[in-house]
Amino acid sequence: MFTEIDTVTLDEPATERSSTKPWRAKRRIRGKPVNRADDSCDTKTEWVSHVSRIRDAQDQAAFAELFQHFAPRIKAFLIKSGSDVTLAEECAQEVMATLWHKAHLFDPTRATVATWVFTIARNKRIDVLRKQRRPEPEELGWGPKAEPEQDDVLALQQETAQLRDALTALPEAQRQLIEKAYFGDLSHREIASQTGLPLGTIKSRIRLALDRLRHAMN
Amino acid sequence: MSNKIKHHLTDDLLMAYAAGSLPEAFDLMVATHLSLCDHCRARAESFDAIGGCVLQDQEASAGMSDGSLAATMAMIAKGAPIAKPSPPGCSVLPAPLRDYVGGDVNAIRWRSIGMGVKQAILPTTRDASARLLFIPAGAAVPDHSHHGTELTMVLQGAFSDEVDHFARGDVEIADEDLHHTPTADITEDCICLAVTDAPLKFSKLMPRLFQPFLRI
Repeated sequence: MFTEIDTVTLDEPATERSSTKPWRAKRRIRGKPVNRADDSCDTKTEWVSHVSRIRDAQDQAAFAELFQHFAPRIKAFLIKSGSDVTLAEECAQEVMATLWHKAHLFDPTRATVATWVFTIARNKRIDVLRKQRRPEPEELGWGPKAEPEQDDVLALQQETAQLRDALTALPEAQRQLIEKAYFGDLSHREIASQTGLPLGTIKSRIRLALDRLRHAMN
Repeated sequence: MSNKIKHHLTDDLLMAYAAGSLPEAFDLMVATHLSLCDHCRARAESFDAIGGCVLQDQEASAGMSDGSLAATMAMIAKGAPIAKPSPPGCSVLPAPLRDYVGGDVNAIRWRSIGMGVKQAILPTTRDASARLLFIPAGAAVPDHSHHGTELTMVLQGAFSDEVDHFARGDVEIADEDLHHTPTADITEDCICLAVTDAPLKFSKLMPRLFQPFLRI
C-alpha cells in the first residue's frame, strides 16, 4: 500500500510538468529538474547516448545495439510501405549507415532517436521507392549544440513517450488510419479503396484522432 | 525567421509531408514555408514524432538477415556520401528553393507570360508542378480560377485579393471554388512560389491560345 502511494507521489511532478506543455515540441520548460528516477520507465533516453558515442568515439558496440533495435523495425516499416523484402533489407542497412554518418547532426532537444530514424527511413523511401527528391527545410543556425541541456532532452523524451501512450489509447479504427497514412505512398484515396471507407470518413477520423492526441498532450 | 506570418499550412499538408506522401512540388512548398515559419516547423516536428512512434511500434520479429550488421559496417567504412551544399544566399529564397533554382533571385530564369508578369517553372516530378511568379509592383493578375488545389506563398513584396492580404511567408490555399484577382502591393515587386496538383498534360493537349491565363 505504502509503496503504491509513494510511487504516485514520485510520479506527480513529472505528470504536472508534462501537462503544462503544448502538444508541439517546446525547447524551454519551467519547474524543477526532472527526477532522474523517471529514466526507469520506458523512455529509452539511452539511445541518445548511443548516438553521442557514435559521434564522439565511432563506438561500434553502441552502433550494434542501435542496429539490433532499429534495423528490423525499419525493415518492417518499409515492407508495409510497399517495398519487397530484399529492397527493405538493403534500405534498412543504408538508413543505419546514414545514422552513423549523420550522428553529429542529431539534436536530442528536437527529436528522439526513433523520430530521427523515422525521418531518415522516410527520406530513403521517397528516394528509392518513389524516385523523388525530398526538399527539407533550411537548417536552423549552426545545428545542434555540443552540450544540449539535459532537462530539454528529458522533457522531449517524456513528451514523446506521452504521445506514444496517447496513440496507443486511440480507438482502433483511428489509430489504424494514422498508421496507414505514415506507411506513405497511400493517399487518402487509396486508403479509401483498401478499407472501403468513404474519403470524407477517413479525413474526419484522422482529424478526430489528431484532436484526441492534442487533448491528451495538453 | 518571421513571427508576422498569418496564413499557415494545414494539418493535412503537414501530416502528409511528415508521412512522405506528397508530390515533390508540394514537398518543396512545405519545406520552403517551414524555413520561414517557426510555428509550422514545431508542428511539423510533432508530426515527425508520430512517425517515430509508428516506427517504434513495428514488429522486430522478422529480423534482419545474417551478416547484415557486417555489411552495414562495410558500407560505413566506404565513407559518407558527399552532400552538395545549398547555393549561398540569404535574401529572398530559402535554401530548399535555392537548391531548385541553383542560386538566389538573380539566378531565376524568368519567362514573360504577358503584362509584366513572369514565371519560372521548377523541375519537379510531374504529379504536380511548382513555379515562381513575378508580379510587378501594383500590377493585378486578371481574374482566374484554379484546377485542383493551388498553394501560393509570398517570398518578396505582398499581394491582396478578395480573401486577405498576403506578405512574406504567408500561404494562400486556393481550390476550384476560388476566383480571385491578386494585386501586388505598390511598394515592391512581388515574387511568389506557386504549386498546383492540376496535371500538366491538361495544358499540353490544348493549343496555347486556349490555355487559361497563367496555366503552365
